[in-house]
Amino acid sequence: MSLVELPTATVASSRRLLAGRGLPFLRGTGVVGHVSAFVLFCALLVAVFGATIAPHDPDLTNLSFAFVGRFQNHYLGFDSQGRDLLSRLLAGARSAILGPLAVVLLSMLFGTALAIATAWKGGRFDTIVSAALDVLFAFPAIVLAIIASVVIEPGLKAASLALAIAYTPYIARVLRSAALRERSRDYIAALEVQGLRAWVICVRHLGRNMVPLIVAQGTILFGYAMVDLAAISFLGLGVQPPQADWGVMVSTGQSGVLQGYPMESLCAGLCIVVVVIAVNLLGERLSDRSNLVTR
Amino acid sequence: MSTVDGRLLDVDSVAVRLPVAGEPRTVLHDVSFHIAPGEAVGLVGESGSGKSMTARAIARLLPPGADATGRISFAGSDVAALKGAALRTYRAEVAMVFQDPRAHINPVRRIGDFMTEALRTNHGVSKTEAAARAIGLLAEVGIADGQRRLEQHPHELSGGLLQRVMIASALLTEPRLLLADEPTTALDVTTQADVMAILDDLRRERGMALLFITHDLELASAVCDRTAVMYAGQLVEQRTSSQLHDDPLHPYTAGLVGARPSIDGDVIRLAAIPGRPRSAYEAPAGCAFADRCAHAEDACGTARPALEPLEDGLVRCRRAGELRGLLRAGGRHG
Amino acid sequence: MLVVTLFVASFAIYTAMYLAPGNPIAALTGGRTPTPQAIQVLEERYHLNDPFLLRYARWLGNALTGDLGVSIPLRSDVSTLIRQRIGTTVQLVAFASLIIVVVGIALGVLGGLRRGVVDNVVIVLSTLSAAVPSFVASIILLSVFAVNLGWFPVLGGGDGFLDQVRHLTLPAFALAFSSIALVARITRAAVRDEMGREHVQTAISRGIPYPLIIRRHVMRNAAIPITTIVGITVASLFAASAVVERAFTLNGIGAYLIQAALSKDIAVVQGISLVIVAVFVVVNAIVDFLYATLDPRVSLGASAS
Repeated sequence: MSLVELPTATVASSRRLLAGRGLPFLRGTGVVGHVSAFVLFCALLVAVFGATIAPHDPDLTNLSFAFVGRFQNHYLGFDSQGRDLLSRLLAGARSAILGPLAVVLLSMLFGTALAIATAWKGGRFDTIVSAALDVLFAFPAIVLAIIASVVIEPGLKAASLALAIAYTPYIARVLRSAALRERSRDYIAALEVQGLRAWVICVRHLGRNMVPLIVAQGTILFGYAMVDLAAISFLGLGVQPPQADWGVMVSTGQSGVLQGYPMESLCAGLCIVVVVIAVNLLGERLSDRSNLVTR
Repeated sequence: MSTVDGRLLDVDSVAVRLPVAGEPRTVLHDVSFHIAPGEAVGLVGESGSGKSMTARAIARLLPPGADATGRISFAGSDVAALKGAALRTYRAEVAMVFQDPRAHINPVRRIGDFMTEALRTNHGVSKTEAAARAIGLLAEVGIADGQRRLEQHPHELSGGLLQRVMIASALLTEPRLLLADEPTTALDVTTQADVMAILDDLRRERGMALLFITHDLELASAVCDRTAVMYAGQLVEQRTSSQLHDDPLHPYTAGLVGARPSIDGDVIRLAAIPGRPRSAYEAPAGCAFADRCAHAEDACGTARPALEPLEDGLVRCRRAGELRGLLRAGGRHG
Repeated sequence: MLVVTLFVASFAIYTAMYLAPGNPIAALTGGRTPTPQAIQVLEERYHLNDPFLLRYARWLGNALTGDLGVSIPLRSDVSTLIRQRIGTTVQLVAFASLIIVVVGIALGVLGGLRRGVVDNVVIVLSTLSAAVPSFVASIILLSVFAVNLGWFPVLGGGDGFLDQVRHLTLPAFALAFSSIALVARITRAAVRDEMGREHVQTAISRGIPYPLIIRRHVMRNAAIPITTIVGITVASLFAASAVVERAFTLNGIGAYLIQAALSKDIAVVQGISLVIVAVFVVVNAIVDFLYATLDPRVSLGASAS
């Protein structure tokens, strides 16, 4: 069940178009999947090179330009401190995108390792780890991030670590059942009989066969991580101003909103929304595909 | 009440096309038969032959987007044109028993709700009266503790019990025609015979007509007065059950008879029909069975034969006359 | 299970806060150098020298009687501080839940029952709204309806029922926004699933009128997944409301939690975290219970374990 269903004719023709083509990584995700992936690729480029390609210094303040609109090559105008808005959006992409990416990588690592370990070992180890994860379930991600900001210090690192831990039980639960399903297949028993070491089987075979599911789950998780991390920065507990970051910019722009200058908040918000839409659409396609693969 | 020449149900040249991947595909082609009041007719065929689709067409349960032509009339009136109260009456007089009772009974509602819903909603029967009737019918299908069963949920009953519940609830509105779509296929082998016996007894007691859909030729012969055989969305033969079984007119029927394990002395011989069954839309241009038929000639592949009378039956085979007497042996050895 | 989870969670919260950097004496004295006698008095009053486990046990014991300790910067009772603010949060969450249930289910049913244009509109709407986080929704709603159109007040809580509703309307919609999409999607899928079920065919074959089939069979059965997703969503709103309360400067426990975290008010962070986790766990338990009542195939005993 996919969220966006194109009219049947379009879907049929696009399927035919992409059945044997498309990028190998995206095969079977259709036009929507490819377009979304392209948007994300562009976002990633901006995240890496944004500060370099920014036309102006994103941190240069000039209060006499506060809230001034489009002006010469300042295409989006200025924020409340008279900083170039476009440059700040480009520079702010780094923490807004690479932060969630780190969260996803961490929690996929924790989650996959726990899922495969519990599914492989079973028994008391499984019971204890699953119980511990159940307790972790009781903590909403935002609460965990708030606690982390107090225990460690407010900032991107603490927030990312907290989110990675908060998401781990969700990932572990989904992947554990997939790992159990995979473990019960005959080829695993055959490998065991051949005397392969457990970790070799887990990494090379079990893990590798779960890759489509892991990629799909990771993509969906990226959307959540991006929204939650930006929310924490919005609350003042993540990325700290004056550093440019989309979540921070929505927050610092709020004073402008109340004075009738909503550009900063809206532009930063729009950046988040566009990336999240692309991530969600691609995540659905990938997850539909992984359902087909694993049946 | 009975209609012209004693026909309760008259299916006349019905064809159905369904959209598959946006293109209409024929699933039924030129299906015609009739059922007299109190008569049991069997409809036999492999999966995909269109037998269930025929029942759905009669019950007006065709999937959305289906394009049906031809005419189905019940007690003289055109089924497709029924509306409102007339349609509700028709729904009461033509009841259906489905293949998989577990899927066809709402799992979250009580057995009592399931059984009495139609009576209470469409026929203004009070709750207690409907429950009393349901308990009475449950007793007739061999479920003694009806009162308790009405309070239970479907998951608390075995498949065999559920199918009896389905039969009992189909009979609650006192239908004149029962459509039974493979009513025993989803059940354990041991309960199949029980359920079949109950269905057969109740039908005879009530003088109710039956359209019995099955892939089991022997079973159809045992229960039905007449049997029709379907292949690739068409009727290929229709005849008195016993004769159809013992002396098939169509090579496909002969194949079906031969495909059943039968014990002659101490030798078990199983004859299979070569190839796989065809759906209506992939059938060859001429006779639908031509590409799998041991007796096909070149001419069989060009013109589609009509359903024509032969001896006391109807058969859709241009060589049926020549093949008289050959098929019994051919089926058994082919 | 519920009790064990809460117990372990409380221990985790307390331990984390215990490990947090910062010197309570310094916080108490506000930077002045206290006399050794004064330090001793403070240490005794706040039991600062007791072993960790004893302090945890005392805190938990008090928490069970409704006493969550004292906010050192404010020198005020944490339970009282929470009690003064929780009303706003409960109202906000209740209002948002109402919007989520009404709009989400309505959209989902519409999309599920009507194929074609209506369904496509529902799909596009839910794709868009799913991607709008509550803080972005807050900014958009503030900008459009409060600042530009002036239909709603910009900030604050309001007095009296109608005024409160007026003040909470924008925050509630902001909080509900992305959850509406989630509920709509699940509802649509559930309705589609149920419409295609064989038992619906049975009901049609018996001549049950269409509205009754939708009500008694399709919606009744779809209610099971819908209840689950609505329950999970509502449970998570208590934590999520912090963001919206902050955006609209509402005086609820979420905004207070943030303020306490920024000012390192350990006792308040502990107390509110515990309350939010408890609400989350209890609401989820209620969802499990409802699930079991709605679906006779699930036994109550199994879900309680």
